[in-house]
Amino acid sequence: MSTESVGTRPPATPEAGSGRLGPPPWLSAGFLLPAIVLLALLVLYPILYTVWRSLYDAGGSRFVGLDNYVSMFTDSVTFGWSDSAAIGLVLVITVLTVIALTLGVITGAVQRSTALRIGLIGLPLVDVAAYFILAMNSPMFTAIKNNVIWVVFAPTLITALGLIFAVVTERIRWASAFKLIVFMPMAISMLAAGVIFTLVYDRAPERGVLNAVVVGAHDTFQPSTGYPGARPRPNGPLTAQGEGFITKQAVQPGRPALLPVVAVNIETQRKLATVKPAAARPGVISGTVWVDFAPGGGGAQNRPDPNEKALSGIKVEAVSGGRVTGTATTGNDGGFVFSSLPSGSYQLRLPESNFTPPFNGVDWLGPGLVTPAIIGAYVWMWAGFAMVLIGAGLAAIPRDALEAARVDGATELQVFWRVTMPLLAPVIVVVLVTLVINVLKIFDLVYIIAPGATQQDANVLALQFYLQSFGGGNDQGLGSAIAAVLFLLVLPAMAFNIRRFRQEQG
Amino acid sequence: MMRSTWRLPKVTAAVVAGLLLAAGCGGGDDGDGSTAGGQSGGQTLNGQTVEVAAVWTGQEQQNFQKVLDAFAKKTGASVKYTPTGDNQSTFLGSKVSGGSPPDVALLAQQGVLVQFAQKGWIKPLPAEAQQALQQNYAKIWQDLGSVDGKPYGVYFKVANKSTVWYRTQAFSDAGIAQPPTTWADFVKTVGTISDSGTTPIAIAGGDGWTLTDWFENVYVSQAGTEKYDQLSKHEIPWTDPSVKNALRTLAELWGKPNYIAGGASGALRMDMPTSVTQAFGDPPKAAMVYEGDFVPGVISAQTKAKVGTDAKFFPFPAVGQQPPVVGGGDAATMMKDTPGARALVAYLASTEAAKEWAQLGGFTSPNKSLDISVYPDETQRGIAKSVIDAGDDFRFDMSDLAPAAFGGTKGEGEWADLQDFLKNPSDVDGTAEKLEADAAKAFK
Repeated sequence: MSTESVGTRPPATPEAGSGRLGPPPWLSAGFLLPAIVLLALLVLYPILYTVWRSLYDAGGSRFVGLDNYVSMFTDSVTFGWSDSAAIGLVLVITVLTVIALTLGVITGAVQRSTALRIGLIGLPLVDVAAYFILAMNSPMFTAIKNNVIWVVFAPTLITALGLIFAVVTERIRWASAFKLIVFMPMAISMLAAGVIFTLVYDRAPERGVLNAVVVGAHDTFQPSTGYPGARPRPNGPLTAQGEGFITKQAVQPGRPALLPVVAVNIETQRKLATVKPAAARPGVISGTVWVDFAPGGGGAQNRPDPNEKALSGIKVEAVSGGRVTGTATTGNDGGFVFSSLPSGSYQLRLPESNFTPPFNGVDWLGPGLVTPAIIGAYVWMWAGFAMVLIGAGLAAIPRDALEAARVDGATELQVFWRVTMPLLAPVIVVVLVTLVINVLKIFDLVYIIAPGATQQDANVLALQFYLQSFGGGNDQGLGSAIAAVLFLLVLPAMAFNIRRFRQEQG
Repeated sequence: MMRSTWRLPKVTAAVVAGLLLAAGCGGGDDGDGSTAGGQSGGQTLNGQTVEVAAVWTGQEQQNFQKVLDAFAKKTGASVKYTPTGDNQSTFLGSKVSGGSPPDVALLAQQGVLVQFAQKGWIKPLPAEAQQALQQNYAKIWQDLGSVDGKPYGVYFKVANKSTVWYRTQAFSDAGIAQPPTTWADFVKTVGTISDSGTTPIAIAGGDGWTLTDWFENVYVSQAGTEKYDQLSKHEIPWTDPSVKNALRTLAELWGKPNYIAGGASGALRMDMPTSVTQAFGDPPKAAMVYEGDFVPGVISAQTKAKVGTDAKFFPFPAVGQQPPVVGGGDAATMMKDTPGARALVAYLASTEAAKEWAQLGGFTSPNKSLDISVYPDETQRGIAKSVIDAGDDFRFDMSDLAPAAFGGTKGEGEWADLQDFLKNPSDVDGTAEKLEADAAKAFK
C-alpha cells in the first residue's frame, strides 16, 4: 500500500548562527544513508533503467529514441467512431465529476471558484480526450479504455460499499462476525481469488455458480421445450422459416404430409416410440412428423422407415395466406390430423416453440461483460479493506458532535450527510486514492480470469506491458515504454497523496 | 506457453497408461539384436556419474528412470536425473553460465536445439550415436537433429498430434462402420453424425494452440511438406493461396455451427481438457475431438470412458495425397563431451532403449527398427505406426517453430487470428492478411 509511503518530513533545519541544537549534519546524513542507498537501488534505479530501456529496441542493443512510444499508440489502430460505450463512459465521467464537485462545494472541501474552473475548463478537455481515446481500437487503446473503466468504477464502488458496510456494522449485532466475513477475501491471494472467480463465472451451469443460479431461475419460469437443435432434412419438403420450419409447397387434403426432421438429440430419440405412417383420410389434412434417421444409419430418406422414431408432442400449424388457421399436436406415433379446417390451400408449419434451445446462462466472460465481471471479483476482494479503514474513521468521530446535531433536531440522514461525511472525508479520500493507485496497476485478476478468447477485450495496461515484455512479445523495449506510461499515470495520484500527508502534518 | 499447455495432460496420459499396463510389462527379452549403439561394452563406466536433464516429471520421469536404470546396469555408470521445467533454454542456460551443465539434455523444442548448437552449448554426436541414428531413424529425424549439417540430437521420444479421438457409441449410433480416411469422407461423416442427433466435434477454441494444430494438419496434407517448411520459416507469406485454401477447407467444418459443440462461441470458451470431456464425459455432448496423443490421458483422468473400447482414434484424414503427421519430440543432446555422455546418447539412439520405455506405455519412438508389437495396446501401436509410416513426411508443429509472439502467445498472433477465424469462418482473406501482418512483425 502506498498510504504509508512517504511520511518523512524534511528534518527541521536549525537556524544557522547561534548555538545549534541537536546532532551535526554529517551525523543525520550518516543515519539517512542506508535508507537512501536502499531506495536508490530498489526504487530509483529500476525506474530510471526502465525509462532508459524504453529507448532501445527489442534486443536492447539499438537506440531507437521514442519509436517505442510512437509504435505503442500507432500499432494496428482502427477507429470506432460510433462506439456508444465510449459516449456512455464520457457521460459517466462527467456526471461523477459534477457530483463530486457539488459534494465538495457543499461540504466545504472544495472552493466554489476551483470547482467552477475544474467543471468548465478541465472537464470538457478531459471528456474530449477520453472520447478520442475510447473511440480508438488497438490493444493499447483497449488497455487504456479498460484502465479508465477500472479507475472510474472500481474505487467508487468499493468505497461506497465499504462506507455502507462500515455504517451498517456500527448498528447491528454480530458486527464482528459480519466484518470478519467481509474482510476475509483480503486474506486470499489475487491468484486464488482469480481461480475462484473463473469457477464462479464459468459458462457451463453445472460448473459456474452464477450461471447455475441464472439458468435455474430462468428454467423455473420458462422451461426449454421439445427438441432443441432439430432441423428439417436438407433436401426434404420442409424449409427453415425464422427459427421454425414450413413446408415448401401447399399440402393436399387426403394425402398425409410427411415432415422429416433430423438431428434430434440421440438420447431423446431412445425414449421415443417408432413411427407409424398416418393412414390417408379423404379430404382431411393429416400427416406425420418423425426423425428421418434410423439409429445405425441406413433407411430411405424422406420416407418413414419401420425403425425410425416418431416425434410426439410437436405442435403443427396450418398456415393460409400467412395466417395460422388451425393447430394440431402429434401423437405418440408422430401422426397429426386437422379435423375441422375450412377448405383452402394450406402450408404446414412447425413453429420454433418446438425447438427452443435450452437457456445456457449469461456469457459472463464474453467480450461485453468480461471487464465488469473482473471488476466484480476485485470489489469482492477489496470491499473489506475499505470497510475496515472507514470503520476506523467512523470510530474516531467524536460522539458529542453527532449527539449535539441530534439534540438540535437533525434527522439521521442530515446527521450522516452534514456531520459524519465531512468528518469522514479525509479517510474516504485516502481510501479512494489508495484504490486508484492499486487499480491502475491491476494485473493478476485480469490475467487469470479472462479466458484466452477475450483476454484482449479485458486487456489493461499492466497486462499489455507484461504480454509485450515477457508473455511472448519478448520486446522489453516496448514493454518498458508501456511501463513508463503506466508510471506517468500513477504519478498524479501519488503526488496528490503526498501533498495530503504534508498538509495533514503541516 | 504452448509447451506447458499440453505437457500436463501428457503426464496424466503416461500415468494412466502406466497403470493400465502394469500387468503387461513383464521382463521381456533383453537385447533382441539391438543393432548398433549402446554397445560400449561391459561395465566400462564403473564409478562415473552421468547427469541427464529433461522436461519429464511424474510418471514420465519414473518411466524414463527405468530406461536410465537399464543403462546404468549395462555400463556400471550411475545416472542422475534432473527435471528442467518447461522453460528449458532458461534453465539450461543458467546451468551453462554457472559452469555445470548436465552431461546429456533432452531438448523438447527444435528451436532450442538450434540455438544451443549455435552457441556451442551442445556438442556434435559421437560416431557410435551417429551410426545408430543412421541405422534406426528416417532421414527427417536426422535432419531435425542437425544444425548446419552436423548431427547434434537424437529424437528419443515424439508426440503425434495427428489423431482424431472419437466415441465409438456415437459412431455406431450414426451407423458409421469405418472411420474416415480422407477429408471429404470426414466432412460427410460429420454431417451424418449431426443428422443422427449428436453434435459431431468439440473444438477447444479457447486454447488457441489447438486451432493452430488443426490448421497445420490440413495445411501439410493439402499443400505438401515443401510449402509447409517454407511457411514455417515465413519464406512464403501467409497470404499465399495455399494458406487460403487450407482456411477454406477448415471452414467446411468450422463454418457450420451445428457441427461444433456449443457453436463457435461455445468453442471459443473451451479449453483442451473441457473439449475432451465434451466428447467422452457423461452425458457426452460431442462425438469427436481432435488433438494429439495426450488426449487418452485426459480421457482416463477426467471421464469414465475406456481408451481402446469407448474411445478410439483415427489418423487425421488426408486432405491431399498424404495424411498429415504433425507433432513434436524430445532430442537427446550432449552438453559435455564425456565418456558417460557419449555412451548415454548412443544408448538412447538404440532400439534397446526405445523398447525399455515403449513397453511401459505413454511413449512413441521414431525409431523404425523398434518392433511395433512391444507397445502395450492397440491405441499406442496405432499412434506409433502413423509416425513410422509417415517417414520423412513427419513435420514438427509449425507454431512451435515460430517465434513465441506469433506461435505461442495467448491472445496474440496465430492463436488469436485463428480464434477470430473460428468466430467468422467466412473471412478467409481477412484472416490470411492478419496472419501475415502478425507473422511479419514476429519474424522481423
